[in-house]
Formats: sequence, C-alpha cells, structure tokens
Amino acid sequence: MTPDHDEPLLRVSGLSKFYGARVGCEDISFELWPGEVLAIVGESGSGKTTLLNCLATRLIPSSGNVSYRMRDGEMRDIYRLSEAERRFLMRTDWGFVHQNPADGLRMTVSAGANVGERLMAVGERNYGSIRGTATDWLGRVEIAADRVDDEPRAFSGGMRQRLQIARNLVTHPRLVFMDEPTGGLDVSVQARLLDLLRGLVADLGLSAIVVTHDLAVARLLSHRMMVMKDGRVIEHGLTDRVLDDPHAPYTQLLVSSILQV
Amino acid sequence: MPTPLVVSEVAKTFTMHLRDGIELPVVDGVSFALRAGECAVLGGPSGAGKSSILKMLYGNYSVDTGQIIVQHQGRLVDIAAAAPRTVLGVRRHTIGYVSQFLRTLPRLAALDIVAEPLTARGVAAAKARDKAAGLLSRLNLPEKLWSLPPATFSGGEQQRVNIARGFITDHPVLLLDEPTASLDAKNREVVIALIAEKKQADVALLGIFHDADVREAVADRIIDVTQFAMNRRVS
Repeated sequence: MTPDHDEPLLRVSGLSKFYGARVGCEDISFELWPGEVLAIVGESGSGKTTLLNCLATRLIPSSGNVSYRMRDGEMRDIYRLSEAERRFLMRTDWGFVHQNPADGLRMTVSAGANVGERLMAVGERNYGSIRGTATDWLGRVEIAADRVDDEPRAFSGGMRQRLQIARNLVTHPRLVFMDEPTGGLDVSVQARLLDLLRGLVADLGLSAIVVTHDLAVARLLSHRMMVMKDGRVIEHGLTDRVLDDPHAPYTQLLVSSILQV
Repeated sequence: MPTPLVVSEVAKTFTMHLRDGIELPVVDGVSFALRAGECAVLGGPSGAGKSSILKMLYGNYSVDTGQIIVQHQGRLVDIAAAAPRTVLGVRRHTIGYVSQFLRTLPRLAALDIVAEPLTARGVAAAKARDKAAGLLSRLNLPEKLWSLPPATFSGGEQQRVNIARGFITDHPVLLLDEPTASLDAKNREVVIALIAEKKQADVALLGIFHDADVREAVADRIIDVTQFAMNRRVS
C-alpha cells in the first residue's frame, strides 16, 4: 500500500484535553495518511494515552477538531457523529488494541466467539462462515485451530494479545489504535507479536496510531513518530530521523537512555 | 537525461543538549550533483562527514540549511524540506540505500528481507523471491541460509543479505555506505560487478568505500569531503 493518496485519513487540529486545571494533552495537530503507522512516544504522564483516547472518541476533548475520512470519502467531525454512526465506526472501520487484553476481550466466551462477535456486529449471520473466518484469523495470529473453543482465560498473555488483535482486524478496519500493545509481555513474546503486527499492518495496508514508551517498538512498527512531554508534542518526524538524529533535549535524553544489548 | 540528484549548500551541526548544548559542526557548503550512470565516491578521512552526507540524502539525518533536490516520479523534491511521507515515497521509488549493517527484523527469513523492497512496490511475492534468490546466489550466500532469519549470520553473511536487498530494485539513485567492509575478495568482486551493472542501467551511485581496490574499480570521480568540513570537532 502506498501512502500517496491526496487526502489524509485523519486530520487533528488544536486538540486539547484538560482535567480541571491539569493538562492532559495540549494543542495537538497532525494528519495521518492511509497506510501510515504513527507512533506516539513519551513517559507515563506525558499525555499520550489521553491523546489516544480522545482520538478514539473514548474521551471528549476540551477543545480542537478531529475529522476522519469515512468510507464514502467524506471528511466528518468525529465528535459530531450520531451515536449509531460512532458505534458503527468503532465496530467496523476502527480497531482498538488495549495494553491489557482483558479490556478488549470477553474473557468468558470462546476465542472463536471473540472474533466472530465483531463479524456479527457488521451483519454476518451464517454460523459456518463466521466460524470459518474466525478460525482463519486465529491462524493468522498463530493460534492453533484446536484452541478455537477455549476461553481466553486459559490463554497465556501473548496469546490473549494475539487474540485481541484478531478480534480487531477481522472486520478489515482502516484505522487501528494501539495502547502499549506489547506492554507487560516477556521480551521473546514481544518480538513475536511485533513481527506479527508489522506483517499484518503491511499486508492489510492499515493505518495505525500506536502509543508506546518503548522506542524499539516505535522503530519496528512506525513510519513516523511524535514525542510527547507534559502534554505537548515536542518533536515529530520520520521515525528513523527522530531516533538517529534527535533534536529536542528530551528526545536526546530518551534515545540516549536506551540500553544497548 | 536530467540530473537525478543535486545537493546545494547543505550544512549540518549536531547540538548535544545533554552535554551543555555543545555544538558539533559536521559539514558546511556541501554542493555537488550526481549524474545518471556514474558512481561518485565520497573521499576523506574518518569523521569528515561522509556518512552524515549519505544519511542526509536519505532523509535519515535532518539538514540545517541548503537543499537536496531529487528527481522523484517526474517532479522535483527537496529532501531537506520534504514531509515524512514524501521522504518515504522517495525511498520506496527513487533513492535506495545500502547501509553498513543489517538492521534485522526478529523472525523474517533472509530471502524475504531481500525481496521486501520489491513487494513493497507491489511486485508479486513469487517474482520478488526469484529475483532475491538470484542475487543471494550471485553473492555466494549458501542456500541453506535463505530461509533463516539473519540474526545469527556472520558479519559478512549479513552484509551480503543487506547488499542483495539494496541492489534488488531499480531505484534511479543508490547510496552505498561501505557495502564491502566485511566481504572477502570473491564477494567484493561480485559487488564491483553489481555496481557496474547499475551504471549500465543509468543509475546514479554515491558511495563510501574504505577499501582502495574497490574504490579504484568503481569510482568515476572522488568528491573530497574535506572541502566541506567545518572546523573539526576536537583537534
């Protein structure tokens, strides 16, 4: 997929979120283009998760605009969609991968049903075809077909995260939000997940916004990155440029703090 | 044939904020043009800024002042000022880069790493892999390694994967950062031949070669980087 389209998928301008007098994120503007993966990096409390939640309409910002290009090509203000339109968007065109898989999965229904549920939400009714598609997606995230009837409670952390990804991608969304998708996983499990995500994003031509505090995750997954500190974007550019030639004092500190193995 | 790449008055200084904001001047007044079908070589001692120049041309380092104009899909793009997604497009179609070291992805097979620049441009996977296999065998990488991730390969084997990946496309501009550093004589000869074929195909090449034999064999001219050096760092 080439990101060379003439319209962005998402346009964010002057977005701010205050919690009372405290700044969540302030004056954020950027555009996301089809097929682009944007990483938002920064420490805990830098505002990156607040920003992600505002973009995904999980939080309503204090000020600013976010418009999204719908499948019919029209740019729409995402905070002015009707509840029905917003839910349709969340269930089909968008995905949200939580750091904790339990927040994005139903832990007491089977793996197959977790994936199938999103398909039913978009109107798929044929049981055989739902099950077939679900099993196919479990395979794509490297979950064996004989686990399709197991509940995610019985899965390891890495498997749960892969299941959450399958649940999100089964409806072929155009935009996926990810909040620390590899956080809390063992390093070897992280590597496998990253590699899988990278392949899926490239194959499906997805756009994604990935919040992470891990610069290695940003390096592997993203085309562009934004560095946040105290609620503001302090540096923004091509991922390898920001990591190899960081300009802002804080970015230089972040990059120099990576442990070399 | 239009000039594929023109560099004019490019300057770059690193500011080290963690060390009281000291400034490390790298280069100043870098100006040259690359012609299609030639291999120009950046010359000068270690630390003169050769690698930094290549990295600026690729958009990997930012540019403080000056312009880097490239012919990209029928229009002119200034890499020094282009938006990230424009730079990505230039990398996909116009400027290729063979770095010194392979940045390996955890689980990808060597063959797929080599094929990737083609598949990223929409070439069918089977065709891309065929071409990748052809290059790896020319570079004498044992076939039993092709399906393995290169993380455990030797330096020379990794570099050959890297070279194959860099040479597989028909990018009109190719940047080479010491592609032969850890190769034996036989494989250096292969790289020299690959460079000659790129010249035949009207590719503009710009390289850094510390190995004098390779430099002699491929260079059409030397661009002396010391003329762009600002007052050197320490010294």
